[in-house]
Amino acid sequence: MSSRFETLVRILLESFGGSVSPRLVSGGAHIDIDAPVYLDVMRRLRDDPALCFEQLMDLCGMDYSAYENPPWREGRFAVVSQLLSVSKNWRLRARCFVPDDASPVLPSVVPVWNSARWFEREAFDLFGIVFSGHGDLRRILTDYDFSGHPLRKDFPLPGYVEARYDPEQRRVVYGPVTVEEREIVPRRVRGQNHDGPEDA
Amino acid sequence: MCRAVFADKIMMGRKMPEIRNYELNFGPQHPAAHGVLRMVLELDGEVVVRADPHIGMLHRGTEKLVESRTWMQCLPYMDRLDYFSMMCNEHAYCLAIEKLLGLSVPIRAKYIRVMFDEITRILNHLLWVGSHGLDVGAMSMLLYTVREREDLLDCYEAVSGSRMHAAYYRPGGVYRDLPDTMPKYAESKWKNAADVRRLNEARNGSLLDFIEDFAARFPKILDEYETLLTDNRIWKQRLVNVGVISSGRALQLGFSGPMLRASGVEWDLRKKQPYAVYDQLDFDIPVGMTGDCYDRYLVRMEEMRQSTRIVRQCVDWLRSNPGPVVSDDYKVASPPRQEMKSSMEGLIHHFKLRSEGFHVPGGEIYSAIENPKGEFGVYVVSDGANKPYRLKIRSPGFAHLSALDEMTRGHMIADTVTMIGTLDIVFGEIDR
Repeated sequence: MSSRFETLVRILLESFGGSVSPRLVSGGAHIDIDAPVYLDVMRRLRDDPALCFEQLMDLCGMDYSAYENPPWREGRFAVVSQLLSVSKNWRLRARCFVPDDASPVLPSVVPVWNSARWFEREAFDLFGIVFSGHGDLRRILTDYDFSGHPLRKDFPLPGYVEARYDPEQRRVVYGPVTVEEREIVPRRVRGQNHDGPEDA
Repeated sequence: MCRAVFADKIMMGRKMPEIRNYELNFGPQHPAAHGVLRMVLELDGEVVVRADPHIGMLHRGTEKLVESRTWMQCLPYMDRLDYFSMMCNEHAYCLAIEKLLGLSVPIRAKYIRVMFDEITRILNHLLWVGSHGLDVGAMSMLLYTVREREDLLDCYEAVSGSRMHAAYYRPGGVYRDLPDTMPKYAESKWKNAADVRRLNEARNGSLLDFIEDFAARFPKILDEYETLLTDNRIWKQRLVNVGVISSGRALQLGFSGPMLRASGVEWDLRKKQPYAVYDQLDFDIPVGMTGDCYDRYLVRMEEMRQSTRIVRQCVDWLRSNPGPVVSDDYKVASPPRQEMKSSMEGLIHHFKLRSEGFHVPGGEIYSAIENPKGEFGVYVVSDGANKPYRLKIRSPGFAHLSALDEMTRGHMIADTVTMIGTLDIVFGEIDR
């Protein structure tokens, strides 16, 4: 399998040059696309007869702001797509960092792969990444009048509001959350070698 | 439009009432919605003009929750995603961790995993054919399929102690080896001595004996199902040429699994990108011709037969090849109880695993398996901590349900129910 991916990386190098820096990460092919050429590259990945990525299996948002090993400095948000070629039998992970951390916007790939419609809605809902040209960018997983983007790293695990039934108003009302966030097992980062000395 | 013109002719230019489409709210509490699906349907008479599925009613924030749990604590969340194909989900998660860790899995564990993956596939398809039958009016199907599911769920129970949320696969192998005994029925108010004797007949041996017995009688049972459905006139009237998706559209819409195969694309991860020991097993991939609901039914029925074939091969292999079922890398997998009690190192390993948990080296990986519903993928990003940095779950049902709008357009409202059924959706995995 890995030799197939090596072939894929070679083809990607030939057709895109070093601009997308194709490489193998944990045994899978990976490219990083710059935001200005995002849509063009994605379209070429599908249409290039040597690549033939007919399917977009998954598209998700990423928030790298709390990444610790090594501490993350550049762009906070990224959109990661998992592409699959049924005819060539290979996979590719395409990552694109979103330029502006405060108002992240990226062109939509719905015209290239229709399956992106709900995946982009989900990335918008959970990360607040806006996909220009999507056409139907509503929230999808969270509640109808939810505010905030829950999978961002600065969103607390219990959230901000909770629903309860109010017997006086005889309806469900929202109030500030009463659950306290508690961490039983602390999060700890160690180096690549888990026998080695601990950083913390 | 043409209806308005037609009406205008009848009314001979008199002022006519305004005809417009109306919206119908379907669900979220509807027996044919397979869970908590709310759908806003725009109807022109009885014809669906637009379908807008609203999901998220079962959103539990799994992806957020796992970021604050250790790698091992995340495993049981996988059962709760697609709660009809529990062990397959665990498999995808374990494969991702094993690849990041570079951990090797004993061959016996791989065979056990494959066997239970296929048992899970049969479980899932049985429930699907039962509930799909219920949706389109074949009421008795569910009663029969639940009977067979009972036997398979007993296998789940025998091996993991749980009938649904097994948490049986572990990074590095499986939790324990297959048991030598099967749980038996006891006499009760509802079951007399003769019933109990009949039910316990196959349960006197080991779990493998029971599975072998099941695999031997299951093809006949499938034949019985087919006599009920395959040539049934009503069944065909409801399914043939309903919800046709061409192979090109299926690829565009991100279809996978039986949905893609029914549209004529020969694609099965078990064959094309084999994981575990699928490359050493003999089985075929059924492929459909037209891509309608009936083809999807036929593909799933044939998949059950092929799964039985795989199960039989696994049973034969497992009988003659004893061995370890979990990795001996005690940094990831628990040491045996004996060692934990007698050696200091074993005790430390156990303590570290149960408190801090193991660390996964930094990296990103997408591992996909052939879930009964399609491609179930787990995208794991680790920064070297004892907890995932990000875990994205790619559920097949999410992509399939997003195509419901396109599938239902122009169909009658009664066909929407058929199409929801044919998608084989489970809200645990869609809403996550």
